[in-house]
Amino acid sequence: MELMVRIKKKLRNFTLDVDFAVKEEVFALLGASGCGKSMTLKCIAGIETPDSGVIVLNGRVLFDSEQKINLSPQKRRIGYLFQNYALFPNMTVRDNIRFAASGNDAEKLQKVQANLERFSLLDLAEAYPAELSGGQQQRVAFARILASDAELLLLDEPFSALDSYLKWQLELELRQVLQSYEGTALLVSHDRGEVYRLADKVAVINQGKMEKVHEKKALFQRPETLAAALLTGCKNVSVASRIDDHHVRAEEWQLDLMIADLPAKVKYVGIRAHFLEFRQLPGENTIPVDIVQVIEDTFSMLVMVRKAGSDGKAIRCELPKQKWQQFQAAGVDLYLYLPPEKIMVLAY
Amino acid sequence: MELSPLIITLETAGVATVVTFFAGIGLAWMVVRMNHFKGLADAIITLPMVLPPTVVGFFLLLFLGKRSMVGRFLLQWDVSLVFTFQAAVIAAIVVSLPLMYRTARGAFEQLEPNVIYAAQTLGVSEWRIFWQVLLPNARSGILAGLVLSFTRALGEFGATIMFAGNIPGKTQTMSTAIYAAVQANDYALAFDWAMVIVFFSLFFVVLMNWWIARSGRGGCLWN
Repeated sequence: MELMVRIKKKLRNFTLDVDFAVKEEVFALLGASGCGKSMTLKCIAGIETPDSGVIVLNGRVLFDSEQKINLSPQKRRIGYLFQNYALFPNMTVRDNIRFAASGNDAEKLQKVQANLERFSLLDLAEAYPAELSGGQQQRVAFARILASDAELLLLDEPFSALDSYLKWQLELELRQVLQSYEGTALLVSHDRGEVYRLADKVAVINQGKMEKVHEKKALFQRPETLAAALLTGCKNVSVASRIDDHHVRAEEWQLDLMIADLPAKVKYVGIRAHFLEFRQLPGENTIPVDIVQVIEDTFSMLVMVRKAGSDGKAIRCELPKQKWQQFQAAGVDLYLYLPPEKIMVLAY
Repeated sequence: MELSPLIITLETAGVATVVTFFAGIGLAWMVVRMNHFKGLADAIITLPMVLPPTVVGFFLLLFLGKRSMVGRFLLQWDVSLVFTFQAAVIAAIVVSLPLMYRTARGAFEQLEPNVIYAAQTLGVSEWRIFWQVLLPNARSGILAGLVLSFTRALGEFGATIMFAGNIPGKTQTMSTAIYAAVQANDYALAFDWAMVIVFFSLFFVVLMNWWIARSGRGGCLWN
């Protein structure tokens, strides 16, 4: 199982430019809405045509602008799970699956039956899509894809329209479906949690431009760009400039910070809200702060602070409610500690 | 009361609607999928709907009359279209086609594009997509187009009288019969034909509404 994609396509506001290979793994494209990630999937499936480039699946050339090859979506054998599932509204669940099944009548019948069973749809076989819940619709969409001859699974923001409990149920189901694709799939999402849980490798797309491909852990621990930091959920970023090999000035926060090994190129620094710590005494990377705002979240406290006496950009800190109560009870001056190893240095 | 105008009207409208039905759906599907000159193609097909019917009739005379290229070609076999039943049918087709085309196109465009894309990625041929996904889901629009174009063909006057004339027993339809009756000061006859047209039109529009209301869902275009 191998997918190779290298395409360019001019869109209204930017040029889509992606280059990656997927091999027996779940590969995620992480990007904000409107960044070109769905367009990438549509180009791979043959619904949209890139301006130039090559798409190869398991050695079959699906698209090659130089050789003028452009297979129709029907010939590509790529399963596409649409955001709203796109079931055929005029057909029952059974007919939706049968319509997509390949082979002769006996094979079709067998595929329909097998997939109805596999996705626990036997009781719903004669229902129409409009009568199904979001979760049931997704199961039909999966059953339909598995009954066709798809070699690769594309997932376009599969859970974006659902509430969080249902989302989790469907995510568990998706994990099972992925196993029948030897775990190979291409996932597009703006949800960092979804990407972290499901994917092995991640590439960030920003304004159509794909950034470096990372192992997911590396990307979440050490994002290298502003887009990657924000998309992986970093809440605090500041424009920064280099002072010397070990010090950086976070301009928007109005802080000078110590970092063990500063790379040559520094444009921003960032730190995740839950890595920040409150202290009662000053020290290295520990600065006196004023509280701007305290917001109670479901399971934690969000404390917005800025350097004491400055008008710098507020920094968001997240800590357990109990811990925050202890600080409040102590009633002393508050210092914020930014652990040097947790500070992300972003080159652009 | 001589019944021939009623029979001629139903025949012309019937034949015209069969042609219009398939041509309108075909053109709608073609235009929906066009990437270039979509606006121009749409305008040309829609034109007979917005032009005065007399202008449509005049152009039909110009392009299909005895002195036109088509007319001279047909004369080789002693065939002439002008002032014939066929002319009445052609006039009815041209004026009713835009209605079928526009309603079918609207129905196609209302369908969610992802549903079509899903069918394509599942390996379903364009032909099966058209017959089993597109048409059934555009059913109410297509039924509406069918009835609208049939009732339009029933009442066609301007282009018909220009191109097919008003020959009793041959090309005289109900609407041209009304015109002739009023010219002859026979208001009673004109009133009778007017009532017949109103009855038929009302009947078919009510039938259409009932049909559309009933066809909320289901697999086939006809059940």
